[in-house]
Amino acid sequence: MPIHSILSTAGEWLRGDGPQSHIVISSRVRLARNLNGFPFPGHAKKNERVSVLECIKPAVESLPEMAEAHSVFSQDLSALEKQVLVERHLISRDHAAKGMGSAVVMNKRQTLSIMINEEDHLRMQAIRSGLQLKNAFKLIDKVDSELGDKLDFAFHNQYGYLTACPTNVGTGMRASAMMHLPALVLSEQVNQVIQAVNKVGLAVRGLYGEGTEAMGNLFQISNQTTLGEKEEDIIARLNKVIEQIILHENNARQSLQQKKPITLLDNVGRAFGILRYAHSMASKEALNLLSYLKLGVDLGFFPEDCQLPIDELFIETQPAHLQKSTSQKLQADERDALRASLIRARLEKMPAPTPKQNEGPAKAE
Amino acid sequence: MNCDVCKKKSASVFLTQIVDGKMQKVNLCEGCSKEKGVTDPTGFALADLLLGLGASQEMEKGSTTSRCPSCGFSQADFKKTGRFGCAACYDAFAEGLESMLKGMHKGLEHKGKVPPRLLKAKLRDEELKKLQRDLRKAVADEKYEVAAELRDRLKHLEAEGQTAI
Repeated sequence: MPIHSILSTAGEWLRGDGPQSHIVISSRVRLARNLNGFPFPGHAKKNERVSVLECIKPAVESLPEMAEAHSVFSQDLSALEKQVLVERHLISRDHAAKGMGSAVVMNKRQTLSIMINEEDHLRMQAIRSGLQLKNAFKLIDKVDSELGDKLDFAFHNQYGYLTACPTNVGTGMRASAMMHLPALVLSEQVNQVIQAVNKVGLAVRGLYGEGTEAMGNLFQISNQTTLGEKEEDIIARLNKVIEQIILHENNARQSLQQKKPITLLDNVGRAFGILRYAHSMASKEALNLLSYLKLGVDLGFFPEDCQLPIDELFIETQPAHLQKSTSQKLQADERDALRASLIRARLEKMPAPTPKQNEGPAKAE
Repeated sequence: MNCDVCKKKSASVFLTQIVDGKMQKVNLCEGCSKEKGVTDPTGFALADLLLGLGASQEMEKGSTTSRCPSCGFSQADFKKTGRFGCAACYDAFAEGLESMLKGMHKGLEHKGKVPPRLLKAKLRDEELKKLQRDLRKAVADEKYEVAAELRDRLKHLEAEGQTAI
């Protein structure tokens, strides 16, 4: 399957039809695995990395889940193609920096991606729309068992699966949910929530993981620890916390609607106005404004069929996605102009936001 | 007082963090504090810094072997990268490892998935041990018929293990 067919179609998880998808954008579970007898990629020589790759890649390609897959060596991907994959969360930023000796295998539906020779020999992840951590784990667990039959994974009787970084040892699992929390941000409660989440041993990160900024009111919640707890228990604990955050976000939305309906409509309306008429738009600004439109759809300020075009804009306005839509190399200001015109075109037929019909002020339940 | 990172210049930035009730202190010179991003509070990962430093200090204390026999990775390499060189490093640097992992994780023992093929071996191992125990008991009790049967099952299981490997 050629790379452009992967790049030109959005992944299944972007459709946003999973459970709780108005707040949880996507759920991801990744497992880190290494082979016995080879140094970890960071310490391996080029020929050792190539040997590992030659050993792992055919095993991954022969998985039933990878029957219709795209499999590509890192050196055969352009910088732009890698960046598109990063924006879709199909590869990590670290993996995008790799060349000879690394590869990625993705299934057609873009629900499964397996990086070879990232920080560990294998980083495999399943990604699903909405809150589906258990399903994502089930999928990746099956893939792991199938690969474990063919490959000799480094496993320690006491410490479990061995990883390059000791923070991943044990299960080698990182489960995370991408959450859209505009009302918690607007009502200035989000820092409290983050602190509480940190306190129970979970991590909160920005859009692209460790060390990235929270843009578009998007936050990634994930487990911090990997040793001393079963995979299912880690996921159950994470799920519980995420459900709590959903509850808080919903409460914050309701209370904003009751106490500050004008402020709320004003935020959404201004975002709509700027997006609808701007001629230059940086990607961070676009994300932050689109977040209010998304909130507007959730609250019924826009017709329901506006959801998909808005969700699509979140990803299509990312720098690499914009660049790939045109053949000429864009400078930053040209990119901002193209982004603005793409958004204007997409919003042209969208009606201006209005408070929900027949409902008056929302009632407390 | 010298900087904990370069050990050369005198320290001018002093950091204290309490992790699990244990106080950890890091002293840095101006150059190293900038390099580690201490002056920029948003970009500064105190945990990472402490992790690297603290971990290797713990390891220096206990360990006698300074290099992994399998991949040649040294403690200094770990200190620099915060990563191990290969799977065998976990045994080569075992002594300081526990206290480091204790600070990072919920426990020190893996409770999750075991690779299916190791699981079979583990179950067979347990079965073998049980049969051996029963056999000894049968012999001691002079139940020779039972013992003969147990011996046959043991032989069978051992042969199975050989072909599986």
